[in-house]
Amino acid sequence: MPDMLLEVEGLIAGHGDAVVLEDVSFTLARGQAMALLGRNGMGKTTLLATLMGLTRVHGGAMRFAGRDLSAMPTHRRALAGLGWVPQEREIFPSLTVEENLTAVAVGGRWTLDRVWTMFPRLKERRANMGGQLSGGEQQMLAIARALMLDPVLLLLDEPMEGLAPLIVQELFRIIRRMTETGDLAVILVEQHAHQILPLTDRALVLERGRAVYSGDSRTLIDDPQRLDGWLGVTGGGPRGGTTAARVARGEA
Amino acid sequence: MDSRSPKPAAAAATPAPGTVDLAPLRRASRPRWPELAVWLLPVAAWFLFPEDLALLTQIAIMAIFALSLDLVLGYAGIVTLGHAAFFGVGAYAAGLLAAKLGIGDPLLGLLFAAAVAALAGLVTAPTVLRGTGLTRLMVTIGIGMMLFEAANKATDLTGGVDGLQGIEMTPILGLWSFDLWGKTAYVYAVVVLLVLFLVARRIVHSPFGLSLRALHMNPARMPALGVSVDARLAAAWVLGATYAGIAGALLTQTTQFVSIDVLGFERSAEILLILVLGGAGRLYGALIGTIVFVTLHHVLAGIDPEYWQMWIGLVLIGIVLFARNGIMGAIDPFERLLARKKTEP
Repeated sequence: MPDMLLEVEGLIAGHGDAVVLEDVSFTLARGQAMALLGRNGMGKTTLLATLMGLTRVHGGAMRFAGRDLSAMPTHRRALAGLGWVPQEREIFPSLTVEENLTAVAVGGRWTLDRVWTMFPRLKERRANMGGQLSGGEQQMLAIARALMLDPVLLLLDEPMEGLAPLIVQELFRIIRRMTETGDLAVILVEQHAHQILPLTDRALVLERGRAVYSGDSRTLIDDPQRLDGWLGVTGGGPRGGTTAARVARGEA
Repeated sequence: MDSRSPKPAAAAATPAPGTVDLAPLRRASRPRWPELAVWLLPVAAWFLFPEDLALLTQIAIMAIFALSLDLVLGYAGIVTLGHAAFFGVGAYAAGLLAAKLGIGDPLLGLLFAAAVAALAGLVTAPTVLRGTGLTRLMVTIGIGMMLFEAANKATDLTGGVDGLQGIEMTPILGLWSFDLWGKTAYVYAVVVLLVLFLVARRIVHSPFGLSLRALHMNPARMPALGVSVDARLAAAWVLGATYAGIAGALLTQTTQFVSIDVLGFERSAEILLILVLGGAGRLYGALIGTIVFVTLHHVLAGIDPEYWQMWIGLVLIGIVLFARNGIMGAIDPFERLLARKKTEP
């Protein structure tokens, strides 16, 4: 398949000697959006970190845009088009919003103006220090900063975590706009499936480090029973989880 | 709307793909009026202290040296106690070029010293950057000590503890020769300081400079943002070495002599004191720190020739305890206020 952007095959990886991912395989085409689902501790974040080269790989293969990732250092992966927005956001606190963006800009299709159009709220706060932003604004800045590297594939790790409902709505609109243009593929990690499955083409469900589902998102939407079994969030599953999850359930 | 192609109206203002829009950085690096006041100081000093031009020249040279440490420590966050190594390498490079090869052109000497110091930076970078924290600090001290001993041993070349003599400088650009009163030397040093300062200013406001500051805050995050930490730190290290080398060369050229203590540990420690005193990571801290330190040194040594170091120590402890970010750090809140007012619509 020449059009595959990302091919992961039989991936075994973890932190140090502890193996978190045991045999994960999936593919993603250019411009596709994929939901990465699974309960806490199932290896979602580890999978993203592995794609960025921040974990220890014990086996398997990763190819990105036809290039073998395994020997590529992290900064090359980022320049090759893998944009990672970690859960911790990690904004530079004493750089301004604008400086956070220009510090890493590579001069691709994403200019400051284009970012300001997508995140008007950031434009308003462009002279503020990164440390003065609210959680939602930090999240937007983290996404915007990843865009400045002109990614082909954006890895978003629970972007809605801990954000106010209004901000969550705004972020969803933004993510939808990014995926709709078709020139940006996205892997979106989210605790709660309901909000992101309609936004994505494909879904990958992890359970104890293994991929238990890899296929169309639609199939999962139509089969809530199966999804329920894996995630335990709809119906009688354990309560709690992220704010976003509670929002989705109408609790917040 | 296809967001891939910019709107026609915005097209003119949008930079071509493959380039970074540097307009905001240029805005940030535009000079502001308080800066002008700082640069009037050397002009004022010329008229106010015509008898002390030699000391004022030393201040300008020290300021360049402090600036070089600011690039390494203040921006790249590499703590070093061996920075005199590059100052000394530059000093000897310029000295040997003039004394042994008979090339006394000052600007050529600066270029040569800069190149040699840069090379020294390049060679030492992998060793220094390999470790972190205390390890790194020890490596920098070790490099400084080794160079000092090398210069001490190679008496044929360096003159050892007697120093390197026989340095003759030709007029700058063939126009201005070094005079007995040190007028040319002073103007020369100040002009070189100004040029190097403007270049440094440009660099720290560039994406490269911003990435250094970002790296300082969160090194673990940088690779995933497409930045190779080692490469950036090495670049800053080499840049700092080059600046230090030019400072050393200036000292050689303006005094026409190289003493072995250009490589001394005390010089490394002193420049660190100066930078911390002035405030690291803000360029002007290097200038203000140098002026305050050398002036204090001068005045205190005059009042109390025996125990002046004790008073300097006292002042330093006071500064680091009560003004964490040095003298310039105390100005920061006002500056931020000023900056905010300006950007508000």
